Amino acid sequence: MGERTYIAALRDATAIEMRRDARVHVLGEDVAEGGPFGATKGLADEFGADRVRNTPISEGTVMGIATGMALAGLRPVLEIMFIDFLTLAMDQLVNQAAKARYMSGGQLACPLVVRTAAGAGRRYGAQHSQSLESWLMHVPGLKVAVPATAADAAGLLISAIRDDDPVVVVEHKLLYYRKEEIDSIEPVPLGRAAVRRRGRHATVVATARMVSEALAAADELHDEGFEIEVIDPRTLVPLDLDTIVESVRRTRTCVVAHEAPVRGGVGAELAALVQEHAIDSLDAPVIRIGAAPVPVPAAPALEDLYLVGRVEIVGAVRSLVGRGGAVA
Amino acid sequence: MTDPDAALARRLLSRMWLIRVFEEAVSAAIDAGQLPGLVHLSIGQEATAVGTADVLGDGDRVYSGHRAHGHALAVGAEPWRVMAELMGKRDGVCRGKGGSMHLVDVAHRFLGATGVVGGTIPLALGTALAIGPAGGVAVVFFGDGAAQSGYFHESLNIAALWKIPVVFVCENNGYAEFTPRSSHTVVERVARHAETYGIAAATIDGNDVLAVRDAVGSLLERARAGAGPALVECLTYRVRGHYEGDPAGYRDAGEVATWRERDPVAHFARVAVERGWLSSREVETIETDARRSVADATTRARESPDPAASELVEDVFG
Repeated sequence: MGERTYIAALRDATAIEMRRDARVHVLGEDVAEGGPFGATKGLADEFGADRVRNTPISEGTVMGIATGMALAGLRPVLEIMFIDFLTLAMDQLVNQAAKARYMSGGQLACPLVVRTAAGAGRRYGAQHSQSLESWLMHVPGLKVAVPATAADAAGLLISAIRDDDPVVVVEHKLLYYRKEEIDSIEPVPLGRAAVRRRGRHATVVATARMVSEALAAADELHDEGFEIEVIDPRTLVPLDLDTIVESVRRTRTCVVAHEAPVRGGVGAELAALVQEHAIDSLDAPVIRIGAAPVPVPAAPALEDLYLVGRVEIVGAVRSLVGRGGAVA
Repeated sequence: MTDPDAALARRLLSRMWLIRVFEEAVSAAIDAGQLPGLVHLSIGQEATAVGTADVLGDGDRVYSGHRAHGHALAVGAEPWRVMAELMGKRDGVCRGKGGSMHLVDVAHRFLGATGVVGGTIPLALGTALAIGPAGGVAVVFFGDGAAQSGYFHESLNIAALWKIPVVFVCENNGYAEFTPRSSHTVVERVARHAETYGIAAATIDGNDVLAVRDAVGSLLERARAGAGPALVECLTYRVRGHYEGDPAGYRDAGEVATWRERDPVAHFARVAVERGWLSSREVETIETDARRSVADATTRARESPDPAASELVEDVFG
């Protein structure tokens, strides 16, 4: 189907599912107008205002409405414009949607999808730039997708819509307008990692925007004689731990890279899991890469310092392979 | 006011007695160490649950708050399975995994209670959007405390905006947890809030089961016809504390005594006899039957085993 952006792929996937299944409804702030990034552009024209519903700025209540729709058998896709605003809706997501099936002893299902834009790099400041996926990952009952490519954004969204449990799709806004060749839009199963690059000297597990940073790091390290394996988990819950552990057993080193602050982050969980499952294979402790424990600053000069990426990954891998890991 | 026939009077009184006796049994089971957790009783508020449930259609759906036993029983949940749920037993309506504040009984249209005050109000809107008005109306019970939540106000706005077929049943018992309404808001009536958002609203005597039945019945009909949301504020009182174990020292004995005189169960029994709908003997039989059926339910619940250990990780992905 040619070149698509991540945001267009999200829109394609939503339209595909809305055509396929009348239970799929879209709601959120400004969605009938396409939203600020265009993820729902044109959907209201095709599917009507009843299925593509603009909501007031009442995130908590709207999360509850979407949950109530899901409990009654619909498949709502709720756009929370910025993940920062998800904080307003966490009660409904955590206390109602995530727990409905368990607390009801299996009587209820909650096939809710939340799409939300995360990530820094657009000079939006501290309240429009966070990456809060570790909060979501911590809550039993929620599935969490973190697509890094356009094909995965579409494919994971389709799987999320078809899933009977609540799924939050955490989209990185810096990826929205990157172009990518896509043959066709296919469902991507939740819980299957993608090995983005094969390598034998170090494993880098990277999420969302950090996947392309890790690939850039791998290019740079390749020139130095190191082959880096880059794994994109694609979903944090469920997590494809097998693919990560198998890789670490071969490479004997592991770096975990995400954009969010390191403290209490996804990397802490991944590092612990790797060490629990592959400690005998590790030549060195797992290194976590992420932001400093500070709010995202607005000033370009400071935000650029906040954002970690290729340079930090290269440095971490060098320190690992230099301290006894396999050498080319 | 409806002039009920004997069958209706019997149905309403039986259900109110069932709830009353059930909750007395819950209290006794707590005292006997047989029922764990945090439990909120609705003794004194039975008329709102029963009057509402009596006019529900098969397609309607019900949500409640943390004081939910009466609502679940009123819509038809089996007493022994509700009791088993409260006791944390395998045969509980939620297989023991919900508990007092999280009752769900889908087969009886009861989609859920909540321990988060106000939390089910938006759920009712979503469910009403999904099913109604052709398929049914959603009804949500909540207290005057929840009427101070953002959920309540945001939901009123959106329900009116989208003409959602939802009926808000506010049980205004005068207290949000330990604190009287006057300490939470200067607005005397919850119904006033609804009017502000363009929603039809009425304040009624919530201890009069026929008044509740009439009011909710007409609002349900209205919603089914596509007229959108409505709110009924039922003035009532919880005779017990906020939770079992709450000594409720924040209210004076005179106030409690005044409300005890307006007990909804005794009141309706008296009216039913005075109007000739039921004989005194029938009224006694109804109470006796309720006591027997709750005693049986309690025994059966107590005999239910604990959930199997495997239940810990069932109904959720790993």
